[in-house]
Amino acid sequence: MDALILARMQFAANITFHILFPTISIGLGWLLLFFRVRWLRTRHEPDKAIAQGWLDAYRFWTKVFALSFALGVVSGITMSFQFGTNWPGFMEQAGNIAGPLLGYEVLTAFFLEAGFLGVMLFGHGKVSERVHFMSTCFVAFGTTLSAFWILALNSWMQTPAGHEIEGGVYHVKSWVEVIFNPSFPYRFTHMLLASGLTCAFLLVGLSAWQVLRGVGQRSAPRVMRVGLTVAAVLIPVQIFVGDAHGLNTLEHQPAKIAAMEGVWQTERGAPLLLFAVPDAAERKNHFEIPIPKLASLILTHDLDGEIKGLNAFGDAHPPALPLFFAFRIMVGMGLLMLATSWLGWWLYRRAKWQPAALPRRLLWVFAAMTFSGWVATVAGWYVTEIGRQPFIVYGLLRTADVVSKVPSSMIGLSLALYIVLYLALIVAYVTVLKYMAEKPEEVLAQDARDQAATPAGATTSPAISTGGAA
Amino acid sequence: MNWMSFDTALPIIFMALMGISMLVYVISDGYDLGVGMLMHRATEAEKDVMVASIGPFWDANETWLVLGVGILLIAFPRAHGVVLGELYLPVAFMLIGLMLRGVAFDFRVKAKDTHKKTWDRLFFAGSTLAAVSQGWMLGRYVSGFGTGWNYPLFAAAIAAALPMAYVLMGAAWLIMKTEGELQERAIHWARIAWLPMVGGMVLISMATPWVSQIVRERWFALPEIIALMAIPLMTGILLLAVRGLLNSAAVRGPLCWLPFVLLIAVFVFGFLGLAYSIYPFVVIGQMTIWQAASSPAALKVILIGVCISVPAIAGYTIFSYRVFRGKTGELKYA
Repeated sequence: MDALILARMQFAANITFHILFPTISIGLGWLLLFFRVRWLRTRHEPDKAIAQGWLDAYRFWTKVFALSFALGVVSGITMSFQFGTNWPGFMEQAGNIAGPLLGYEVLTAFFLEAGFLGVMLFGHGKVSERVHFMSTCFVAFGTTLSAFWILALNSWMQTPAGHEIEGGVYHVKSWVEVIFNPSFPYRFTHMLLASGLTCAFLLVGLSAWQVLRGVGQRSAPRVMRVGLTVAAVLIPVQIFVGDAHGLNTLEHQPAKIAAMEGVWQTERGAPLLLFAVPDAAERKNHFEIPIPKLASLILTHDLDGEIKGLNAFGDAHPPALPLFFAFRIMVGMGLLMLATSWLGWWLYRRAKWQPAALPRRLLWVFAAMTFSGWVATVAGWYVTEIGRQPFIVYGLLRTADVVSKVPSSMIGLSLALYIVLYLALIVAYVTVLKYMAEKPEEVLAQDARDQAATPAGATTSPAISTGGAA
Repeated sequence: MNWMSFDTALPIIFMALMGISMLVYVISDGYDLGVGMLMHRATEAEKDVMVASIGPFWDANETWLVLGVGILLIAFPRAHGVVLGELYLPVAFMLIGLMLRGVAFDFRVKAKDTHKKTWDRLFFAGSTLAAVSQGWMLGRYVSGFGTGWNYPLFAAAIAAALPMAYVLMGAAWLIMKTEGELQERAIHWARIAWLPMVGGMVLISMATPWVSQIVRERWFALPEIIALMAIPLMTGILLLAVRGLLNSAAVRGPLCWLPFVLLIAVFVFGFLGLAYSIYPFVVIGQMTIWQAASSPAALKVILIGVCISVPAIAGYTIFSYRVFRGKTGELKYA
């Protein structure tokens, strides 16, 4: 295989693995804050069980957050190296734009998280309630800010604006235009909602698993209600935003839409293809299941609206097959989420928020959907990223022109190592989450035991002996 | 030298920032990688305390690497491609090491007891792999990616010496952060690591001028050599002081922080020596910082962010070290 494909596969493997964890930590940061606020609000009520339930939820999900965050950090470090190792030409030419955006991501957000995360995870009891609460706020805010900068850069690569090119090097004319480029507001909103939905289904799924196993009675019913409510509220918004994002893509990247819809030749009144197998060699689809005129209606709001086909773009269009399927996986997952969350919320409310009264089959469906957010998010990113090909900066700079000259054997070797490691880590992550969900009492009791076993002075002994610690 | 314009000074500012980030990274991740490499020598209970002592710090420590490499990427994009292209495989190995270390750290406290041993082994292996790769990268970088039989040998020597320096830092960290039997063992570990580390430093100091002509010309010229002697002399005195302290009783009591602080000073002097050898190159003998830098306009935009956030970063780094000062108990989450 040639170095370009290997370099792309390696970058794709890394970025796919990486995005799983920020998707969880962006949303979960805010949900933790919510659990925390609920606990602060209820802790003086006579019924101690309510406050305890929220505190259990906070402590349990903090551990999930810590684990996800750690995986996000380590895979994120790889990213900062792979820009240079895989795409040296990109930074050489677009460094004046990509550099500051990446720099701001690291400076403002990453450090905010990593600095305050230590206090948030380990500082309970060592700092005041207020400082600890503020740390939780900063961590949640930091993860979102991280997403802001990264998506600004990614969107600029999709719909570049606000720059000028001198001698092959990009210079910024207007930062406002660079950051708030045409696709940024859509992509940023779409990703934040995706993160919220991923977390919502994670909450619902793990809680359902706990109910099925008969553990976590204090917190699981509450967490499940929070998750279902968040999911039921966010999913229609997400469908609406996704549609708007699609129209935005049609305006700025029509080749991507043509590949997503499997439209080879420009046509009026294009059908929506429920299924097909796009064939790049023959430039046509096999096994089509069409709904007449629906694609034109959705995309142009006109039954006979024209949709540009891939033939209109020469060789400068993305491959149809992966986009066609990834897009359908994402949409299918979204519809499944809509059905599950609305039906689930309604049934759960009718059961007076008692999970025991829910049909076990529904709980199994919830559990099966635990990582549905991951599937939809990754599929969506494949649509948008593969859809940018063959360009790295859409319409301006080709991926093939910026790839590194490292021998393909080296890329291949490191790719193999990364993939083995990533697969092992995903298995380990899911296994540990399952184990933690099944033994929440043990997880929380370990905390309490440690606190009881550690002498009061041992964790915060006098500062005399530690003047050099800072 | 004439007064330079602000635009010309910008790359120097970023070079300094990158250098400082890398220095802070090497010191801070150095001690926690060192603790990781000492793991297999400790008992089960001690392992928990050791991990707890670095628990609140390790991921913030790693972000200094992201900042350092980030500055290389955003301020010196041309050099980023050259340096990381040359170091392609060691970078990959280091990243895999850091990943293993990072996740093993989190998984070990959450996994079933039967799996804990595996994660501990991975924690050790990841720390070692990362440290060795970093040593190799440092060796290749300092020698300007030269080719010839002596260059890989030089890189291999640093790849062996740097982990020893980390182990010594790790042991000094444990002397400061723990007490009782574990502290006693940490003193013992520090004594073992001291000689190889010092030997490595001496060898490298002698070998660097040998493999790099630029370094040779910089250091062995009169009258510079007289002023420059301060660096190796101070380093030697500091290292001897560390060795002396390890035999004293005070290190078990009120002076337990001193070896760690002295070792930080050793790293700072080593850094100064290195900076003198390299400046103003970003890739020795190939590319100066001005040749590699982004446009002044882009650097100014980044500088605004740097001026706001670096003081804040420094501020809460100190804050977080203050919150977690004192002897380590056992690791617990909020």
